[in-house]
Amino acid sequence: MKSVFSGAVIIGMLNTMMGLATPFLYAALGETIAQTSGVVNLGVDGIMLLSAFAAFYAALTTGSLWLGLLAGALVGLVMGLLMSLVSVTLKAEQGVSGIGLYMFGLGMSSLLFKILVGTVKTVVGFPPVPIPLLADIPFIGPILFRNSLPVYGAFLLVPVVWWMLEKTTLGLKIKSVGQNPAAADSVGINVDRIRYLSVCLGAALAGIAGASLSISLLNLFQDNLTAGQGFIAVALVYFGAWSPVGVLGGALLFSVVNSFQLWVQVLGVKIPSSVAVMLPYILTIAALTVTVNRMRQPAALNKPFERGES
Amino acid sequence: MPPPRAARVAAVDWSRVALNVALPVVGVVFALLLGAVMLVILKANPLAAYAALVNGAVGTRFGITQTLVKATPLLLVGLGICIAFRANVINIGGEGQIIAGALMATWFPLFFHAWPGWLLIPATMIVGFLAGGFWGFIPGILKARLNVNEILSTIMLNAIALQFMNLLLQGPLMDPAGVAARTFLAQSAQLPHQVWLPRLVPRTLLHAGAIVAVLLAVVVYVFLWRTTIGYDIRAVGLNPDAARYSGINVPTFQALSLTLAGGFAGLAGVVEVIGVQHRLLEGLTSGYGFTGIVAALLGSLHPIGLIPASVLFGGLLVGADTMQRAVQVPSSLVDAILGLVVLFVSGSALWSRRWASRRRATEQTGQEEVA
Repeated sequence: MKSVFSGAVIIGMLNTMMGLATPFLYAALGETIAQTSGVVNLGVDGIMLLSAFAAFYAALTTGSLWLGLLAGALVGLVMGLLMSLVSVTLKAEQGVSGIGLYMFGLGMSSLLFKILVGTVKTVVGFPPVPIPLLADIPFIGPILFRNSLPVYGAFLLVPVVWWMLEKTTLGLKIKSVGQNPAAADSVGINVDRIRYLSVCLGAALAGIAGASLSISLLNLFQDNLTAGQGFIAVALVYFGAWSPVGVLGGALLFSVVNSFQLWVQVLGVKIPSSVAVMLPYILTIAALTVTVNRMRQPAALNKPFERGES
Repeated sequence: MPPPRAARVAAVDWSRVALNVALPVVGVVFALLLGAVMLVILKANPLAAYAALVNGAVGTRFGITQTLVKATPLLLVGLGICIAFRANVINIGGEGQIIAGALMATWFPLFFHAWPGWLLIPATMIVGFLAGGFWGFIPGILKARLNVNEILSTIMLNAIALQFMNLLLQGPLMDPAGVAARTFLAQSAQLPHQVWLPRLVPRTLLHAGAIVAVLLAVVVYVFLWRTTIGYDIRAVGLNPDAARYSGINVPTFQALSLTLAGGFAGLAGVVEVIGVQHRLLEGLTSGYGFTGIVAALLGSLHPIGLIPASVLFGGLLVGADTMQRAVQVPSSLVDAILGLVVLFVSGSALWSRRWASRRRATEQTGQEEVA
């Protein structure tokens, strides 16, 4: 076990953690916005899958990673519109419609992949961009400042989402429709419009999360590429108690366990791989169990709003 | 004074039944049409694809039996989903619970291989039910005691069960014959013959588990609508606050319904092992845990409505494989269609609710006029 804790390995492990945390951050921060407005979007994993394929396919055919990222975000946006239509306008049970969205994304991404690509292909993903001077700081530099642009973007998104939710009028409106839609409605806020906006914004971020998997982290697409990461991202929102900083903490904790698991296997420590793969899921359940800060839960979470009801 | 029993039994609201049948059927047709549009865009022939699908599902005697073979686990999983959804808990853990039941249905007959079939088969079913029930009890008790969201915990438990099965198939449960032949296939040894469920039609895979599933559908119907516990479960789902005021322990009944849901999914795992495969192998769940949810929703969360819904989706799954072989349209098309069906059915609940409340309103005014 000595080799596992050498300096170079720890730096590598923490740098891997940054990359692994990236899709979780995009998806979970997006879900934070949606849930703050009162809508649980359980279809994040399906959005990530379809967007991951769209980004991969766009990058493969056009050679442009930025077009890939855009394609991922746009597909996410369209999926968000679909989710809003069913959950906000038609007031469906959100848990069920989210599962429908997941199954659609899972099946559709696999269908498109098999028809349009067929075999395993790879793309050259976003390269690491060392930040001058900062990248040369011992220990911290190689961990924090030698990453690809999508990774930097994910971490910068934490203060941005915090600022949007806490310091802007839009953020106030999103919170008000999540806490008390009837009151928000009575002061002239269009509840449905704010919820559409929040869900679509969150879904576009989930789309970027999927793109970051297929063209930045893994650089390929295959069936069920996410392996449930979208669901873990939803769990992180509960774990982070609907706060961007809490979500960041959860994403880092989760990714460090995952990164440790990967490095332990690479270094050939004798743990059955299935036990190692199981660890993050057990951690998620444990995390959900100890999350006690439910006071922050948006009061109207998971409740469709109908004018004149209650 | 409550109305006499005969009056209550006779009071089937046929127009409501018609609506419950019509909406899902429209949903399936709508989803198939959207699927056809997708195929046209992808330059595949939707008519040829759907013809192959229908032909695969019901075109041959073997196809029909295969449809029923696939409908069996869907019906069993769906029965559990009915119970859970009726109590307003969402069980996404079918996959993990199927695995729990299948693991038990493999280990138990291998260990008690000397038992006669008449004892071993029911015993295996019971322990498989209990294993699945245990895997449903975990999220149930976590929800009841610690308010852990059951959707998330059941999804995590799916992943844990899958890895646990892989671990056992790589180790203690691996077929000794495979180890001896150095093939190391990730599958268990074949189960003793006396635990194999009898085949209903010779030279097909249709097994007695299908009959068990239909009988259990009737049992679940009686349980939900003719027993006190069933009444309490439905009361919890219809209006948790009212149930709480009337003295029902809401968390306990939600935990109970998740446990029962797990048990039925576990039983689905049992019949797959002792009815179809006769051993445990990777990919055994085939997504039944998710498709069972779709079937339950399409059957309006009613055990009897679930029977035709399961056959429909069993047929879709069988037909999807035929379609993939015959016209090279990937079977994942059906997964996408299933997702659309769920979106449509959950989205149409609003209309059915509004329709019901309008009807209640007119009925009340009608009664006032009579009075």
